[in-house]
Amino acid sequence: MTRVLIVDDHRLFRSGVRAELGDSIEVVGEAEDVDSAVKAIAELRPDVVLLDVHMPGGGGQEVLRRVLGSGSQVCFLALSVSDAAEDVIGVIRGGARGYVTKNISGRELTDAIRRVADGDAVFSPRLAGFVLDAFASSEAPSIDPELDSLTQREREVLRLIARGYAYKEIAKELFISVKTVETHVSSVLRKLQLSNRHELSRWATARRLV
Amino acid sequence: MADQKTVVEPEAGVPYRRMMRPMEGRLVGGVAQGLAAQLKLDPVVIRLVFVLLSVVGGVGGVAYAVLWMITPREPYQGEPPARDWSQLAAFTAIGVALFAFGFLTGASRGGVGMLPFAIGGIGGLILWQQADPERRKHWVSGATRSIRKNRVRTLLGVMLVVAGGVGFLMVEGQLHEAGQGLLLTVVVVGGLAVIAAPWLAGLWKELQLERRERIRQEERAEVAAMVHDSVLHTLTLIQRVAHDQREVTRLARAQERDLRNWLYQPAQDADATLAAAVRRIAAEEEDAHGVPIEVVCVGDIGLDSGGRLAAMLKAGRQAMVNAAKYSESPSISVYAEVEGEEATIFVKDRGKGFDLDAVPVDRMGIRESIIGRMERHGGAARVRTEPGEGTEVMLTMKVEKQ
Repeated sequence: MTRVLIVDDHRLFRSGVRAELGDSIEVVGEAEDVDSAVKAIAELRPDVVLLDVHMPGGGGQEVLRRVLGSGSQVCFLALSVSDAAEDVIGVIRGGARGYVTKNISGRELTDAIRRVADGDAVFSPRLAGFVLDAFASSEAPSIDPELDSLTQREREVLRLIARGYAYKEIAKELFISVKTVETHVSSVLRKLQLSNRHELSRWATARRLV
Repeated sequence: MADQKTVVEPEAGVPYRRMMRPMEGRLVGGVAQGLAAQLKLDPVVIRLVFVLLSVVGGVGGVAYAVLWMITPREPYQGEPPARDWSQLAAFTAIGVALFAFGFLTGASRGGVGMLPFAIGGIGGLILWQQADPERRKHWVSGATRSIRKNRVRTLLGVMLVVAGGVGFLMVEGQLHEAGQGLLLTVVVVGGLAVIAAPWLAGLWKELQLERRERIRQEERAEVAAMVHDSVLHTLTLIQRVAHDQREVTRLARAQERDLRNWLYQPAQDADATLAAAVRRIAAEEEDAHGVPIEVVCVGDIGLDSGGRLAAMLKAGRQAMVNAAKYSESPSISVYAEVEGEEATIFVKDRGKGFDLDAVPVDRMGIRESIIGRMERHGGAARVRTEPGEGTEVMLTMKVEKQ
């Protein structure tokens, strides 16, 4: 049973998510702002935190900073109505293991939570598009070639996600296992979080793409 | 005499306050009283100074008039109190007596030499009086600090000024005629500048404030118009068609897209680049068929004049229409990518799919509008589908690298 904490400042949305999540997910609590979220995470020790990006008191990024900064190992899945590039890249670089938009279906959300709880990453098609765009080939010299570019395989996986393929379909398409797909996506997540790639930050702030 | 009650003491904690002209106890305009309160002197002293200065070259009168104009009147409730005419008469008598004395002895003629000092002094006074307390403190501390910091420079400056002054005085013997006029002109212009400076600064500040306020109001009006024209309108429509779930979803989707574009999207010309055109087409078909179409774009390119990308967009639109109309998929994914010398569009649904070989020859949708069109323009189209597996249409077109 995966134990989940819902952090969102809209009460209606919290109850909606609670109702939509399947039986295999146990909602252990809710929080409505940064302070109560940090407190609840410390007290309830959930497996996964569903984190809203925009909240009073600094938003999701502030929660990430305070919780992950204190050495906690809890997994975050960002959930937001916004799919503005700076929000998406912001929370991912802040430490969230996935980003989905709020119009996601209950079944997909359940899948995403389970995947994050298993230590894998969850990329929406749009996030995959952002990453492909941000890591697009460029003449600028990179500081760390391993972190600052995607492998051919990773690009293929991301492109299929952007095209709307589920992990299972990607595995079938590329003749690899679902576990390998997950490994590739986790590797991209790590690069996205750790890369100092100049374009990444500049791109996220300069372009307000949806 | 001065009615001390009317002199409002500066409030505790506020060391400076703006000079005001009190109504109560005034003789002419309340200027002397206000000034007295400001300088913490007896109003009688100020009045005598004004009278004296008026006699000597008329400077006092001018100064009084200027101060009267620029000093705000203290708010006063009720009927304005009557002036103390006997006091006014006394001061007038003193003035007349002094003027007569000056006229007889010829002392007032020397008064012209006082003019620059008087104007400069008044100017400084105005500057001081107009400035707000914070800035005054800043001036004082700034000046003392800079003097302390740059002792050598200050000393040098003073020496230069003194040397210049001495030199000027020595030469003045020869340039006596011209020098006098020049000096007076400089003094008058300087005085005017000093007088006008705070007023101009105030005007400028006010203008800036007004502009900022206007911009804010325009922005608010734009937001209000946006909310009214679209969001409120849609909410009303949704209430009216509440029984029709499909229509409600369609309306909400369209509104969401609108709002998102408005919030996050840079103003884009939908006919200028491939990504913008794909987004626009997806929005139109989503609106027409009520099926959500998720668009992801990577890279972008300007539309070519040869119409090859336009043909690709038409094929893409046809693929979206097919998916929306026949696939029964709850949503459609569109992915457009420009990389290197190739532009690609994928249109994918998770609907019922179909057997490509079983499509009747006379059905033009896929064969002509998609595959045929792409091939005629030098591109390629591939359709992957199987019954129950959904459909994906892939369009590729060579483009010139930009």
